Amino acid sequence: MLRALGLTSVEELFADIPASVRTQGLDLPQGMSEQDVMRHVTSILRHNRSAEAMPTFLGAGLYDHFVPASVRAIASRSEFYTAYTPYQAELSQGMLQSLWEYQSFICELTGMDAANTSMYDASTALGEAALMAHRITGKRQILIPTALHWDKKAVLRSYAAGPGLEIEEVVYDPETGTLDEDALRAAVGEDTAAVYVENPNFFGRFEEELEEIRSIAPSLLIVGANPIALAVTKAPGDLGADIVIGEGQALGNAMNFGGPLIGIFACRQEHLRKMPGRVIGITKDANGDRAFCMTLQTREQHIRRERAMSNICTNEALMSVAAAVHIAVLGASGLRRVALDNLRRAKRLADRIDGLDRYTAPVFDGGHFNEFVVRSTIPYASVHRTLLEKGVHGGLPLRTRFPELGEAALFATTEVHTEADYEHLLHALEAVP
Amino acid sequence: MTYRQARYDEPLLCERMRPSTVPKGDLLDVPASLRRETLALPDLPEHEVVRHYTRLSQMNFGIDTGFYPLGSCTMKFNPKFAEELARLPDMARVHPEQDPSTVQGILRVLYELQEALARISGMDAVTLQPAAGAQGEFTGLLLARAHALDHGDGARTEVVLPDTAHGTNFASAGMLGFQIRELPSKDGRMDVKALEQAVGETTLALMLTNPNTLGIFEEEVVEIARICHDAGALLYYDGANLNAILGKTSPGRMGFDITHINTHKTFTTPHGGGGPGAGPVGVKKALYPYLPVPILTFDGKRYGLEWDRPKSIGKVRAWFGNAAVLMRAYAYILSQGADGLERVADRAVLNANYLRHRIQDHLPVPFRGLRKHEFVASGEPLKAKGVRTLDLAKRLMDYGIHPPTVYFPHLVEEALMVEPTETESKETLDAFADAVIRITKEDPELLRSAPHNASVARVDEVQAAREPILSWRMWQKAKGA
Repeated sequence: MLRALGLTSVEELFADIPASVRTQGLDLPQGMSEQDVMRHVTSILRHNRSAEAMPTFLGAGLYDHFVPASVRAIASRSEFYTAYTPYQAELSQGMLQSLWEYQSFICELTGMDAANTSMYDASTALGEAALMAHRITGKRQILIPTALHWDKKAVLRSYAAGPGLEIEEVVYDPETGTLDEDALRAAVGEDTAAVYVENPNFFGRFEEELEEIRSIAPSLLIVGANPIALAVTKAPGDLGADIVIGEGQALGNAMNFGGPLIGIFACRQEHLRKMPGRVIGITKDANGDRAFCMTLQTREQHIRRERAMSNICTNEALMSVAAAVHIAVLGASGLRRVALDNLRRAKRLADRIDGLDRYTAPVFDGGHFNEFVVRSTIPYASVHRTLLEKGVHGGLPLRTRFPELGEAALFATTEVHTEADYEHLLHALEAVP
Repeated sequence: MTYRQARYDEPLLCERMRPSTVPKGDLLDVPASLRRETLALPDLPEHEVVRHYTRLSQMNFGIDTGFYPLGSCTMKFNPKFAEELARLPDMARVHPEQDPSTVQGILRVLYELQEALARISGMDAVTLQPAAGAQGEFTGLLLARAHALDHGDGARTEVVLPDTAHGTNFASAGMLGFQIRELPSKDGRMDVKALEQAVGETTLALMLTNPNTLGIFEEEVVEIARICHDAGALLYYDGANLNAILGKTSPGRMGFDITHINTHKTFTTPHGGGGPGAGPVGVKKALYPYLPVPILTFDGKRYGLEWDRPKSIGKVRAWFGNAAVLMRAYAYILSQGADGLERVADRAVLNANYLRHRIQDHLPVPFRGLRKHEFVASGEPLKAKGVRTLDLAKRLMDYGIHPPTVYFPHLVEEALMVEPTETESKETLDAFADAVIRITKEDPELLRSAPHNASVARVDEVQAAREPILSWRMWQKAKGA
């Protein structure tokens, strides 16, 4: 090849890099064989204590659900995972149809007309939803619940930096843990672009008065949903939501130490052209047969550039395919069964913890999904430590982020937990000195 | 080679749906105001679902199917061992809110990856938080803004971009409300005189890809850096093309202050048909105080997380980034090592220059000089036959080749942007060149009606945009109307 180019060494191909910026090699170790890499990385990762090695009762937006092997088998098909974005529709019908079906399933669950193929995660979906609400209304204020994961608040502030959106928090009712409607009434104003509510919310509580919240908010309503809970709860679209977002990881994807995840993003048809992200449409090929392709690309960065709806290019498409397969494998009835199971498990576990001395659960009255707040009469930090010593990971400590809750933690449970796991947790809780 | 892609008239799962209503007694545990009565999702036997998606996968083209020289996307072989590692429960079933004492393994992986990326990019510190390259740009610009505000330079709200820049550069700057000044190129390179006139007291940063999207190394990069720094502006390196310069030079060495790195390009984490990716950002010391929280720490024994960073920009996504993707990049870097990564650049650049040499007598490759990892040819001469670059691209499919990037960058008419990558053999490169040459001589009608052997014929993208139907719901509504 060098000969064809009239060169004698590869080095000549780098003659255009000025000597003053040339580096001599990389300051890294020499390469390793595949076997050595596998051994090395596996041995490092062994220093993690996974949910397989230790019953873990963490949630807070990310859940350890059982994923049927079929989902992984399909997501591991290299025709899917070694493809790039389906720019060339004719060679990419499989990915395109799978993603179109994902969009369809998300629309059915959320009660929206249109969904994109994904944002990075729920937190960036919230950031993008706020920007979209600003584009639609021209207004600047975004109201969010105080009861929200701190990462989501921080990410929203980053996304709001461009147009200078004002983020204001609406407190929760200290009895029910749900959005305080009077506080919401006092907070909404002429410049409110959108109200954001999560259902179930950060404390695992169902926002039972979503319809009332809709009537208070003169603006757009953005609802953050859990896709598993949606199998048994009303579609946010039927409750007046304009944009629905959420974390789609619970559908067929692992926790992956927090990524990759899936930001669910769906909206009403009227706002379609203001929506960020890649979308797949249905059309025909030259023979008149059904075909799929990416569409409405004039909203996107490679065409609209600085006036694009978002800068997003790479998203989480493979995770969305896994989500679609997961929904299809479980089916409507399976998804509903998992949802009810998770709902009942949360209640049962809360009751059992509440039955122990020194613990109250759930701290808030009313229905919960997946998770609930536990309060202890002893410092929660010592509970947390003891549980770890006993080989079980308790809930998410809330002391620094929600000091008003006292010695509290957010405990989550899903169908992965066995009776032995529950016993293990309850014994460990009792054993705290 | 004649290629024939699988073709099934595969129905939509929604077309196989039967109406189902929820048994009322099931919902008593759900608050009354929220009970859901219908759920229109399919309910099929598992094996039928598996067949459905298996067939769909067979109607999809990946790197494992064939040559995929998509310019700017660095579609090289994705090593299988990284996939196996990512599936380990010790990686997959770990929650990001776990106590740091229980996640020492992944924290070590991420910490060591940061160190390796800092060395490779010549930067002082790296954050792994951004989920993709575009989010890396967004993060980098937030850092530049925080730096400017911290230095009483709030008037710096302009971002300078060459006309060859990726669309995401424009969009990331636009999302943050910055004004954009676009500089026309000169001879496929940055016009240094124009740059000198463009930068000033309102310039926040210049964003540059080097080698640029034409595959040309910006030889005047030292002068470019001096001009920007003299004007008080920062230099941002778009790392999409880092593959070309591994071990030869680095963004840090060239004078850049901020860089993002696309792990799904240079470090070959699979792109998943659109994602996931990961977009780590490296910075020089001056920008270190503004990095997203938390910062990974290591005291010689334990890995930890530091949140108390008063000048930090905050967060750009939840938790720590696409950890399972980053772990694959870590494993790839270990397997290659210093020696392997340098050979990556050698082979990638050799392959691109060889392929350019094979093609340039048949399709012009504008602009003088060497190429690095990619080159941009022009399909302009085909117009005389009534054929466009798009037709050539579609016809390549019939030869079992994924088309290169087309119609970008904009300054080359009828652009065909080819990036072969280092993992392809001479035989594959020759087969591509032979196919392109042969196609330029084929009957124009054969091109205009291509592809002939893909799952579907030419797709009508105009119709899809004219009447967007993005879901089963919208489709049912449209049919009803």
